[in-house]
Amino acid sequence: MLSYLSNPLRFMRFSAWAAPLFAALAALLFAIGLPWALVYSPADYQMGETARIMYVHVPAAWWGMGAYAFMGVASFVSLVWRHALADVAARAAAPVGATFAAVCLITGSFWGAPTWGTWWEWDGRLTSMLVLFIIYLGYIALWSAIEDEEKAARMAAILCLVGLINLPIIKFSVDWWSTLHQPASIMRAEGSSIDPSMMGPLFTMAGAYLALFAALTLYGMRTAIFRRRVEAAELRAGA
Amino acid sequence: MNAFSVTFRRDLAMMWSGGGALTPIGFFLGATLLVPLAMGPERSLLESAGPPLVWIAAALAVLATLERLFQADLEDGSLDQMLLSRAPLEWLVLAKACALWCAVGLPLALAAAPAAIALQAPVDRVAAIVLSLALGTAAFIGIGLVGAAITAGVKRGGVLIALIVLPFFAPPIIFGAAVASGEDVGAALAVLTGCALGAMALGPIAAAAALRLQAE
Repeated sequence: MLSYLSNPLRFMRFSAWAAPLFAALAALLFAIGLPWALVYSPADYQMGETARIMYVHVPAAWWGMGAYAFMGVASFVSLVWRHALADVAARAAAPVGATFAAVCLITGSFWGAPTWGTWWEWDGRLTSMLVLFIIYLGYIALWSAIEDEEKAARMAAILCLVGLINLPIIKFSVDWWSTLHQPASIMRAEGSSIDPSMMGPLFTMAGAYLALFAALTLYGMRTAIFRRRVEAAELRAGA
Repeated sequence: MNAFSVTFRRDLAMMWSGGGALTPIGFFLGATLLVPLAMGPERSLLESAGPPLVWIAAALAVLATLERLFQADLEDGSLDQMLLSRAPLEWLVLAKACALWCAVGLPLALAAAPAAIALQAPVDRVAAIVLSLALGTAAFIGIGLVGAAITAGVKRGGVLIALIVLPFFAPPIIFGAAVASGEDVGAALAVLTGCALGAMALGPIAAAAALRLQAE
């Protein structure tokens, strides 16, 4: 699948229908997931209605990290096989991932204020997520600072791989330093501790975020490829 | 070994001759001077919050030396000579890092002694703070090598280096601040040693990979 799509022409043909398809899927899942999560799902027995922030917060955190992992794979492919499409993919995913990380931090802050009694706490999970957000910003800034796009791609790929160190730190931060943020409750060896009635809306929202990520990344990649074609055509016309 | 010592002595000589090694110290002392002015000279407040701030000043002072670290080599062709050398580039980058530590890291750690005392650190803790900063500046330099190598081709990349490198300074700062405020000093020093050794071992590898691509 991936090697099939590594041909830019085939990728453009694939993404021409895949990008709107993912966008429609995201719209559909949000249309189901948002009312289910925010109105029809049960309130938490302790936190009450505030617990509904979870359905916006947790998927943003998952795919904020997932987007970075995707960029890590793309950067690795770019460094090893020097594939131009991998650079385009990593670059297009970065603003989406940064936005998810920001959504996670902001909604987490809104959740923390009523339940923890503080907008911000310097615990391991919050700090490492903020570090992820800043790494995203550095990555995006590096891309736009280096004029030679080929070189920018290589440097950004190295930075992305170095930043991968942070992902396991975020994941295990709640086990290493247990402070305010709750530990993992879904992906646990002894099974999930979250009520089944909350799983449906949570996973629907997670699917919606993922479809949104796929759609926006594909659109971003298509825009970058179109831009390169325009630049190449301008060069040909000028010569 | 010869290429290592030649690079080391060349970098050290260049940093000393231009007076370049004094600038970070001046920056460090200037930054610490501002701390009590910002917090007010109240003794009890400074005693509890002041000493860890030498770590912030030291991190920023190291950061300020990173911008030109590889840029000058890229511009005047020294980098091409290093690539032609039979010694591996990683080894030469490590030599440059050691030179930077001797010219900037170690003097910063020593300058932290009067700075920490001025910020009301207890005198019996000053030795631990100096030792922790000697380790911490090594960690900063090892991490900073990567940021400096990645941005070597960027004109006026100082702010960009800061944005890229500062988040990775978090682990040494956390444990350095623990030493400065006197909590679990032994354990924090052990972790700092690990940070310094890890950064000095892995930093040159990533930096050399970036520099090879820069020279293409």
